[in-house]
Amino acid sequence: MAADAPKIPEDPTPIVGAATDIAPLSHAGPKPPHERTADEEAGSIDWESLAACEQFRNLLKAKRRFIVPAMIFFVVYYFALPVLIGYARPFMEKRVFGPVNLAYLFALSQFFMAWTIAALYVRAAARFDRMAEDVVSRSDSSR
Amino acid sequence: MTPALGMFLLFVLITLAITYWAARKSQSAAAFFTASRRITGWQNGVAVAGDYMSAASFLGIAGLIAFFGYDGFMFSVGWLVAYLTVLLVVAEPLRNAGKYTMADVLAYRLNPRPVRAMAALSTITVSTFYMIAQMVGAGALVTLLLGSSHVSYELAVIGVGVLMIIYVVFGGMLATTWVQIIKAILLMAGTILLSLLVLAHFGWSLANFFDAVTRVTYHEKGILVTRNFLEPGLRYTAANHGALDLISLGMALVFGTAGLPHVLVRFYTVPDAKTARVSVVWAMVLIGSFYIMTTFLGFGAATIVGRDKIAISGGNNMSAPLLAQALAGDIFFAFIAAIAFATILAVVAGLTISASTSFAHDFYTAVIHKGTERRPGEEVRVARITAFVVGAVAIGIAILLGKDANVAFLVALAFAVAASANLPVIVFSLFWKRFNTTGAVLGLVTGLVASLALIVVSPSIMKVDPPGIVGAARHLIQRPPIFPLENPGILSIPLGFLGAILGTFLSREPRAEARFAELSVRANTGLGAEKAALE
Repeated sequence: MAADAPKIPEDPTPIVGAATDIAPLSHAGPKPPHERTADEEAGSIDWESLAACEQFRNLLKAKRRFIVPAMIFFVVYYFALPVLIGYARPFMEKRVFGPVNLAYLFALSQFFMAWTIAALYVRAAARFDRMAEDVVSRSDSSR
Repeated sequence: MTPALGMFLLFVLITLAITYWAARKSQSAAAFFTASRRITGWQNGVAVAGDYMSAASFLGIAGLIAFFGYDGFMFSVGWLVAYLTVLLVVAEPLRNAGKYTMADVLAYRLNPRPVRAMAALSTITVSTFYMIAQMVGAGALVTLLLGSSHVSYELAVIGVGVLMIIYVVFGGMLATTWVQIIKAILLMAGTILLSLLVLAHFGWSLANFFDAVTRVTYHEKGILVTRNFLEPGLRYTAANHGALDLISLGMALVFGTAGLPHVLVRFYTVPDAKTARVSVVWAMVLIGSFYIMTTFLGFGAATIVGRDKIAISGGNNMSAPLLAQALAGDIFFAFIAAIAFATILAVVAGLTISASTSFAHDFYTAVIHKGTERRPGEEVRVARITAFVVGAVAIGIAILLGKDANVAFLVALAFAVAASANLPVIVFSLFWKRFNTTGAVLGLVTGLVASLALIVVSPSIMKVDPPGIVGAARHLIQRPPIFPLENPGILSIPLGFLGAILGTFLSREPRAEARFAELSVRANTGLGAEKAALE
């Protein structure tokens, strides 16, 4: 029966006498930081100030300094292949090792180019990870 | 029963057992869509490689090299280099800021309903086109491979379709992932074995091998010719704008891979961005080794089997299986044929789950029901129904088109749409503060429409066939093509970017700009990213 719905117990904290350091047992009011769940934490992060802080700006700068030149390099290197094949065929048909010509070697080198850039990125990214951790720990301590 | 059929049935049995195991773990949304984000780095790397090395790569590229030599090998190069864009630009930010689909990142600071609706449309377009190409390919292949056991084209298509529906509907992302992993391992094993056999055939001497490649003989229009297969120009000639077509294809690959929905969803299956990075590196190692070995598969088929024999025993797609037969007999032929079939099956399953996740998450929940599930578990239920419908539609279309349909351009189209519609908006929403909803919608629409329109007026659909070509193999529009290239990328990708830029400057959206700081911190640090679910 609706009338017998369980009653929410009253807050047993004494309301008379000296103020205590015990948080009132209720769901009203903001939760103290140590009681927040992960979801509530995420909502409480001050993104603006994190985005503006020096550590984060340094992280972005470091990433940009690696990623932009790497992108430009691989795009130029890769598209050099169809361009050279299309417009400098006699040059590309030059034989280098026995029957193997420059066209095939250049195509093959693309694979090693891609692996090298990937390896360099993984190394650089370990540094980015540490920088990102600094930013994250800042967001914890700022609360 | 032929050995090929037997081996294929064995693969089916193993994958069905995995699906049964995965089904019990795939109840919640995170489990169904992302395998609870508990796939490890190497597992996901192998699965990404599995998703990517479709039948088009295994059979198609081997065939192209066997027929056109160096120009075929040009295809191989682009497929690996494309992963640098995935690694450097999209994988980690996407994992950090998204939940289930690519649209999660786009909708972060933009108006979710129009953006998600368009992103879902483009995702489903890419996946469906790609899938129909695979299904038609599967049907045609199976009739060739299992020719002696009387499996018809229709039966093969229905078989592939039903299996993929079972994997996805019951096993979700977990089953799909493990099907990919098993298939990728089988595919690598088969390719390594074939390459070694080719080398053994030439007395383990690379010099002998390449010598043979420079002197390939075959009949061209009835005349016996000898060609150097290491020289470019057998397929892409100056007369048909060969260089531009290669550049266009390269653009579609390099910018399209990072926008392929079935590759992108894979990064949500790992615990964090670091693991996503590790998995791209694993994928690059596998994909790179595989495409280098296409040298042996393709050139091996050209020299050992010969173009003439391939042409009369099933066409260039049969190059790899025929090479296996020539080198090690019928059992090895059966093994390679079974791998090819497993490949198609796994890729179709990956496509289906990305399409149905996008429909359920982006369109059904976010657009129709404004972002809230009305009942718990509704999103997963809708995704399961969608997977069923998508599968049924793909079976229907593949049967209607018939096995001789010219569908290779559908894969090119999928890449072009991904590069022209998806990539510009992903990049801009992550890196450009001023970017807004109008820009995203206009960018997606322009990219999608431009690639579709250019394909329709390209020689893939518009071409005058010589007399004698009849039925489904004929080009749809018998007129000279308006757009001369097979791949629209060179024009449609800049158009997609332009649409997104233009749309952005047409309006201002203070809310989108205000939330850029949050998205940027999330994407770059992983703060507040979706965590792996507990067992």
